[in-house]
Amino acid sequence: MSQKVRVRCFQLYYGTNHALKNIDLDLAENQVTALIGPSGCGKSTFLRSINRMNDMIKGVRTTGTIHIDGQNIYGEKVYLVELRKKVGMVFQQPHPFPLSIYDNVAYGPRLHGIRDKKRLDEIVERTLTEANLWDEVKDRLHRSALGMSGGQQQRLVLARVLAVQPEVILMDEPASALDPISTERLEELIMRLKDQYTIIIVTHNMQQAARVSDTAVFFLNGEIVESGPTDQIFTNPSDPRTEDYISGRFG
Amino acid sequence: MTLVSAWVLIITLFSLLYFIASKGIAPFLHGEVTLADFFSGNWGPSLSAEQGGPQYGALDFILGSLMVALGSAVISGPLGIGAALFMTEIAPKAGRKILQPAVEILVGIPSVVYGFIGLTLIVPALRSIFGEVGFGLLAGIIVLSVMILPTIISISADAIHSVPQGIREGSYALGATRWQTISGLVIRVAQPGLLTAVVLGIARAFGEALAVQMVIGNTADLPFHLLKPMSTLTSVITLNMGNTVQGSTYNNVLWSMALILLLMTLILILAIRFIARRREV
Repeated sequence: MSQKVRVRCFQLYYGTNHALKNIDLDLAENQVTALIGPSGCGKSTFLRSINRMNDMIKGVRTTGTIHIDGQNIYGEKVYLVELRKKVGMVFQQPHPFPLSIYDNVAYGPRLHGIRDKKRLDEIVERTLTEANLWDEVKDRLHRSALGMSGGQQQRLVLARVLAVQPEVILMDEPASALDPISTERLEELIMRLKDQYTIIIVTHNMQQAARVSDTAVFFLNGEIVESGPTDQIFTNPSDPRTEDYISGRFG
Repeated sequence: MTLVSAWVLIITLFSLLYFIASKGIAPFLHGEVTLADFFSGNWGPSLSAEQGGPQYGALDFILGSLMVALGSAVISGPLGIGAALFMTEIAPKAGRKILQPAVEILVGIPSVVYGFIGLTLIVPALRSIFGEVGFGLLAGIIVLSVMILPTIISISADAIHSVPQGIREGSYALGATRWQTISGLVIRVAQPGLLTAVVLGIARAFGEALAVQMVIGNTADLPFHLLKPMSTLTSVITLNMGNTVQGSTYNNVLWSMALILLLMTLILILAIRFIARRREV
């Protein structure tokens, strides 16, 4: 399996707060990696570092490198538009744009210069199908996306991300606002999508991490305590703090 | 206590409406003036009967009010929304520290000061540039644009501010630039609020009397030339209300004009309600 993301000595500061300390991590292509750990441990911050969403926050400083396909995204001559096209992101709250379902999905392709109606139609159908949503919405593509249920909205947002053909998809607690059935559908989807995409997911739900991920990374206080194959992390963690967290003794 | 103040407000509003409406309708009820006369362009309240008078056609003033209000909205709308975008999206810090106080100060300046500045700066400037008298539609539009700018800026800024951050983040995460996010999404989401801002600006311009009256020249002419003197409903009312006899036809016709002003404002307020309601769907 080839390596997709390589993180070396990555540090991040919010002002004087040292939020990520010396992160070293390798992520393989076409795998699901779960980032786990208690609230405030830096896992979401780390996730947002991979597509440089933290750039928008005032007072954020970073050192170290994150390479994606061998290119340091914190190096010179990085074009954020290209980076974010390649590294898509699904947020905790779905936040569909207050446009039609069709326009939500077509928003990204249009940004990147696709105007041809036929090609847009094709992309919308393909990505909505990929996101398991096509059958539910094909008759109301031109109605507002705000009328959809939470689970549908989250899948729509995923389709929106897929429409710009990313290689890596970052998910920040994508199921935390969903009911169990919607969550299950989303998890099935994640497991299917990993054939084509490299997925990194932040989750507070240990069962979910165990179900969907191949690799798990345990964060604590801005550091990586342990990372490895999910089975091993969950059944035989080498660090006692990992075991404490997974078995629910804190966090 | 709050209930009492609410009732005082409602009673005041309705008695106001009743008062203006009863006075405004009077000339038509007594047959002194017909509706066709009133909505014609023939204005000559002091003409003698031999000259075909007196004539009470208010069309010039109704159109005059509309033209200055719309004209100033055309200038202030884009400017105000642009300034609001700048202070919320592009430079929030400078916006908070410099633009916000500037806007508040602009609101606090009395309208007579605006009128005076128009009279001493804008009118002479227009006169020397275009060679006309300087008083007229354009001078009125310029003065009003400055006056309604703060209204448009602050309401637009609120509308833009209320666009959820998640929508912006979602757009950036898809690889949108800041400009693409603003033009394609933020403006669209904030659109009802921006429209409300412009309509309120128009309402304010429509009702403004003093500053406009000082710079537009006050002649009874159709307002279709930027540099020719003209009048608005408000300027005619303020200039003549004190000089006419209570209960005379002339005086009552001025009340009719006030009624028209009130109705126009009501329509604009209703338009805002309508826009706001559509937003919730």
